[in-house]
Amino acid sequence: MPEVRLENVTKKYGKIIAVKNVNLHVHDKEYFSLIGPSGCGKTTLLRLIAGLVQPDEGKIFIENKLVTHIPPEDRGIGFVFQTYALFPHMNAWDNVTYGPRVKAWEEEKRERIGREMLEMVKLYERADAIPKELSGGMMQRVALARALAADAKLLLLDEPLGALDAKIRFRLRYELRKLVKDLGLTAVHVTHDQGEAMAISDRIAVMKKGKILQVGTPQKLYMKPQHVFVVNFIGESNFLEGYIVEINGKGCAIELRGGVIVNVVNQTRNKGERVVLAVRPETLSIEKGHKKGLNCITGHIERFRFEGTDVRYEVRLKNDDVVVVVRPALMGEWFNEGEKVTACFPTDKSYLFTYPSLGLRSELALE
Amino acid sequence: MDGLITVKGRNLGRFLEVLSSKRSIRSLIYACTVIFFFALILLPPILGILLKWNLIGQIFENSNLMSRAMSAIYASFAIALFVSIIDVVAGLPMAWFIWKGKSKWLSVLDTLADIPFIVPTVALGYSIWLFWSNETQGISSLFGASLVSPGWLLIILVHFVFSYPAVVRVMVGALFDYKRTYEEASRTLGAAPVTADRTVTFPILKTSFIAAFTLAFARSISETGATVIVAGTFENGPVLINNLKTTQQLGYEGALVFVSFILIAVSCMIFATIMILGPKLKMPVRKVWPVAERKLSSHGLTNLRNISTLLVFFVLVLIPSLFVALPAIYAVLNGTLNEALSSTGIWQGYWQSLSLSYGVAFVATLLNTVAGLPMAILIARKRLGVLPSTILDVLVNIPMIVPSIALGVSLSIFWNNFPFIPEIGLLLFAHLSITYPYFVRSMTAAIERVDMDLEEASKTLGAKPFAVFRTIILPLTKYSLFAGAIMMFTRSVSETGATLAVVTELKTAPVLLVEWVKQIVPASPLEIGLGCGFLIILSFVILLISRGMVRGRY
Repeated sequence: MPEVRLENVTKKYGKIIAVKNVNLHVHDKEYFSLIGPSGCGKTTLLRLIAGLVQPDEGKIFIENKLVTHIPPEDRGIGFVFQTYALFPHMNAWDNVTYGPRVKAWEEEKRERIGREMLEMVKLYERADAIPKELSGGMMQRVALARALAADAKLLLLDEPLGALDAKIRFRLRYELRKLVKDLGLTAVHVTHDQGEAMAISDRIAVMKKGKILQVGTPQKLYMKPQHVFVVNFIGESNFLEGYIVEINGKGCAIELRGGVIVNVVNQTRNKGERVVLAVRPETLSIEKGHKKGLNCITGHIERFRFEGTDVRYEVRLKNDDVVVVVRPALMGEWFNEGEKVTACFPTDKSYLFTYPSLGLRSELALE
Repeated sequence: MDGLITVKGRNLGRFLEVLSSKRSIRSLIYACTVIFFFALILLPPILGILLKWNLIGQIFENSNLMSRAMSAIYASFAIALFVSIIDVVAGLPMAWFIWKGKSKWLSVLDTLADIPFIVPTVALGYSIWLFWSNETQGISSLFGASLVSPGWLLIILVHFVFSYPAVVRVMVGALFDYKRTYEEASRTLGAAPVTADRTVTFPILKTSFIAAFTLAFARSISETGATVIVAGTFENGPVLINNLKTTQQLGYEGALVFVSFILIAVSCMIFATIMILGPKLKMPVRKVWPVAERKLSSHGLTNLRNISTLLVFFVLVLIPSLFVALPAIYAVLNGTLNEALSSTGIWQGYWQSLSLSYGVAFVATLLNTVAGLPMAILIARKRLGVLPSTILDVLVNIPMIVPSIALGVSLSIFWNNFPFIPEIGLLLFAHLSITYPYFVRSMTAAIERVDMDLEEASKTLGAKPFAVFRTIILPLTKYSLFAGAIMMFTRSVSETGATLAVVTELKTAPVLLVEWVKQIVPASPLEIGLGCGFLIILSFVILLISRGMVRGRY
């Protein structure tokens, strides 16, 4: 039962704290992703699980067994590196059967596994090719076959699709998930691509500066983000600063810049509190002309972009705040730059956060 | 005034840039470079021997001399082969230790490992002789008799010591360039550390190991100064040539030509073989002994390996290398230092030879830097096309793999056809030949590491060829340039073999010290110790300066 548990794990590199007091539980047969911006500690966390680096503090369990001081070769893992790390002096076959060989399995079993694995990734006919002769996608598949051939039940993937072309990356994410599910493996997948993580994972952990901010299913992270950074990293959002001016039975009223009032159903804040209102571009609506109504604010289209499936507007509101609105390209009419419009905020599907003590900009920063 | 100079400097730069955009000027520079290489570096050491080819018959009439020559040649190659093997075997764990270790003391160890490389081999040879052989000092004094007498065993010890740093340096460099992900991949697939090293890291670094072996071999075949000091009555190639030249017995010239020719020819053949067969060498990666290799990877055995590595380094390499410091300190205490500084007695000659050594080294370094830089660009950027550049790349190595005393013999035969060239000219030519490959090789490698994209980016922004060189290649390779220049300089100061072969009147510091040690010029042990001490201290200063300079950010 390969489940992974981390208890209060900390890893420092000199003065830099790469992973800070992390607790994490990856369930058996779960496809789990670690996402976050560059340098957030997600790769270090994966390497801690693999045993490629040792924690300074804390405990790591695999299958309920304490493995903190067990070397990587004895952890029963498969690791796929971002650069694949296929041994350049061995052909695909020798790469894939390397694990069975160093574990001294019987020849008959080695041959069978090697064949099965290469057939699984549809590269059996290229068994004699050395890595240099393979394309990026093929190398990726050999790396995957090699990681699985040594009977790994826990698959660790460090940006495994990062070096591939967009189209191939898109196809391989589904193949990867299907493979993990078909074989009944547990997978921990590191990526900085939120779309990839959303499409492939059962659950996701969002990391920033060595800490895990939130763990949950893709839907939960999108629908119920608990941190202003998570709203921004999973999906996209407008952020508007304001104060709570009224709390009533239906929710609360927020006064934005220039005295503009927006009502939301959220009731968790106190009157007078300084807050950040996060509204996703796809939940805002716009209408032609200047109209009045609850949560409707007049303004004009400052910029228009056609992005294929969507059109994107930047609307400058009358209070000088700018909000991004995204609409499906084939639904409704389009607006022109300079056109007068009214943007209407939803009363639900928006999120309220206490204004961060270090400022909004630094809280949202990706570096 | 300052403004004027800057304007002038800028004008000069502009002028050179305009010149460099003319194809004919560039061709002229490259042509001069290639002519310099063939006329001064490569051909004289080869042609000289061929000019005296008719003398070679003399040795076939003298069976006594012939058998001496044959056993000396055999001894040279046997010792070189043995030394390079033990160097790689002992140097590899040391490089590993420096690479894998985490202690801050490792950088100190790394610097210490360089010491035998920069100390002139004559001083090194004397120091090691004191340590192992001298009955009144060194560890032999504890036993009351010489522990290792001068002869083949002491030669092996000395050769091991001076080629050890080169081997460690090459392997440490290779290990730091090595992508550790390969090793990590192997570990995650279930390989114990020793298995991972043997099946993945070693095969990937194979070419560097071959390079280290080759370097140790070439140094051992070539070295003369220290070997002459510790050989006793034993003769290998360089010692025989030196003895023939000193005694000038009947028919010695024929023997000189014969031995030099065989040494040069066989060295070239061996290196050609290594170059051709090296890449085809397969390492046994398919067989695995999981239980045994797991045991070998255990903490206890790893610690044992590290301790014995350090023990070998300190007991066999470092302490014997610096043992001469002891008499040097006595000399300081008993007043020999005052004699030396007031330049009385034999010291007058010492200071003269020291300035000659450093003067020649300086001029040779300067000339080779100027002449070697365009050559490195020619080779690295394949400016003459792939095949000619590859051929040049191979030819550049020849002066390095040819035994230096044989090179000197050949060189002096060649230039004696031009009697108007003074002896100091011959000395300079010999040093130019010997040091040239060290610079061009390291510079070629450095330029190859500069991404072509950077050059192209610079060109698209409007830079002329000279501007590309001045603003892109030079800044990005300047540390290698310093390193290469310092390597040439130390090699030149250390050089004994070729110098012995070309000079009759002039004496460089190593030649003078050989005379002191051999008591051709009577000198006391304290004087010799102090003489070596000065050389070593100067080398230290150069090492520290070079460490400071070479510590680059990119």
